[in-house]
Amino acid sequence: MLAYILQRLAHGLLVLCGVSLIVFALTYLGGDPARALLPLDTPVEDVEAFRHAAGFDQSLPLQYARFVARVVTGDFGTSLRYREPVLPLVLARLPLTLALALSGLAVALLVGVPLGISSALWPNTWLDIFARALMLLNQSVPNFWLAIVLILIFGVTLRWLPPSGLDDARSLLLPALTVGALPAAIIARVLRANLRDVLRRDYVRTARAKGLRDLRVVWRHALRNVLLPLTTIVALQLGTLLGGAIIAEAVFALPGLGRLSVQAISARDVPLIQAFVFVSATFIVLINLALDLVYARLDPRLHLS
Amino acid sequence: MNRRVRLQPIVGALIVVLIVSGATFAPALTSRDPLAQDLGARLRPPALLDAHSDFVFGSDALGRDVSSRLLFGARNSLFIAFAATLIATLVGVSSGLAAGYIGGRFDALLSRVADVQQAIPYLILVIAIIAVLGSSIVNLIVVLSLTSWVTFFRVVRAETLTLRESEFVMAARALGAAPTRIIVRHILPNVLASVIALVTLLATNIILFETSLGFLGLGVPSPQPSWGGLIADGRDYIANAWWISVLPGAALALLATGLHLIGDEFV
Repeated sequence: MLAYILQRLAHGLLVLCGVSLIVFALTYLGGDPARALLPLDTPVEDVEAFRHAAGFDQSLPLQYARFVARVVTGDFGTSLRYREPVLPLVLARLPLTLALALSGLAVALLVGVPLGISSALWPNTWLDIFARALMLLNQSVPNFWLAIVLILIFGVTLRWLPPSGLDDARSLLLPALTVGALPAAIIARVLRANLRDVLRRDYVRTARAKGLRDLRVVWRHALRNVLLPLTTIVALQLGTLLGGAIIAEAVFALPGLGRLSVQAISARDVPLIQAFVFVSATFIVLINLALDLVYARLDPRLHLS
Repeated sequence: MNRRVRLQPIVGALIVVLIVSGATFAPALTSRDPLAQDLGARLRPPALLDAHSDFVFGSDALGRDVSSRLLFGARNSLFIAFAATLIATLVGVSSGLAAGYIGGRFDALLSRVADVQQAIPYLILVIAIIAVLGSSIVNLIVVLSLTSWVTFFRVVRAETLTLRESEFVMAARALGAAPTRIIVRHILPNVLASVIALVTLLATNIILFETSLGFLGLGVPSPQPSWGGLIADGRDYIANAWWISVLPGAALALLATGLHLIGDEFV
């Protein structure tokens, strides 16, 4: 088990090193960083002085090493737009974005799991057809448009829920639906396919032959073996959830990480974007690591082999 | 097995053909300039709902014709998605074939690159690159293909690894066939089925991504119409002019449904 954990940790670290390379490259993608960081009307000699002071005239490997040293201590530089250190800015907005992503995950599981199970248990009934139509629809409707239609129905026409802004927990309901719709469809689809496959297996037939009731067969024998692909698919949806949260923030005017970064773009606020990318990627790596451990608990074959 | 003609992919193909030809023949289908403003005719409802309106799909806040912006916007969005899908397919398939067949350090390096890229959520990576490079049609194509090649790479690499050990490849090698010949003549034809299935899936994702970017204001620079941009334009007028956002979104959902219906046939 320990060897397995260490191996996953090493892999996570390797990925983060790669991410840091990409984030570092962002400094140079936009052209001369000294010019980009200073106001347009800065005199040439001041730009040169800044270039020297900031270390942009050193070799790239050395600059990268210094960049990593700064990042390890949590220093991503100063935001061009807010004139404040970037990391605290990003971390302050992180909780709302995470709340959105997690509530989206909750919606995805609450809708996707029952939908997938019922459509696998009773294939080709009206329930299955309805479930499959819903899956297709959810996968085809872009989430930002879904958000607008939700606002139009529940916010504007029926006036049940606030159309935008952040007042109370109810304000998170429509955004959570927006974020969760696509992952719910994917979860239902994968669950349906896997469960139908498992239900045809010999051990399920044996359990039935033993005289176990249907519900017990599904619960004790079939669902257990579907947990693994379900964990995989949830892990793969993390990016979708985070992306959905960014979109939801834009539509519902919520002050989260995504809105901060989208606003940062017009100001070409590279340090802010760098912190945004690094923090999100770190988060994904950490959750994947946690899921790897859950995996190992669910399936002992993984760390015993 | 199932000899019955399946309806789903046919319906899907019809939808896609309809929308693609709408985009292709946009100049012939509408006489209105998608950029022409008419402040006297702001927020006119679609003609079906209001006898006094002469805009088929209504007009937007600047009096521009929504139907013509929809058709011309489809040209931008579809062109970007098509080009990005093509590049992602070519890069992903060829690197997957090479990594799977050659193996060793080359494979290890490419696989790590793919790992790293998958750790960064697509939308975040795209936002980061567009933020720094600025948005133009070329940049959008580059960024979208850059974020999508990994899926092709992984699938093709995995299949190549198995095929490499198969008997017919060994036989070809024993006959003295060059590696490029083995890859092109013996391995590539066997991975094509998976590639085709992935193309329909990825094309849908890329279109949805392109419109997401347009919606966030990072897509095709305005005033050029794009589907995402159109939906964003209407967001502030949801209460009194729903058609500006709802109609382009419905077109997009229809296209995505069509592609899914075709794609399901290959999976």
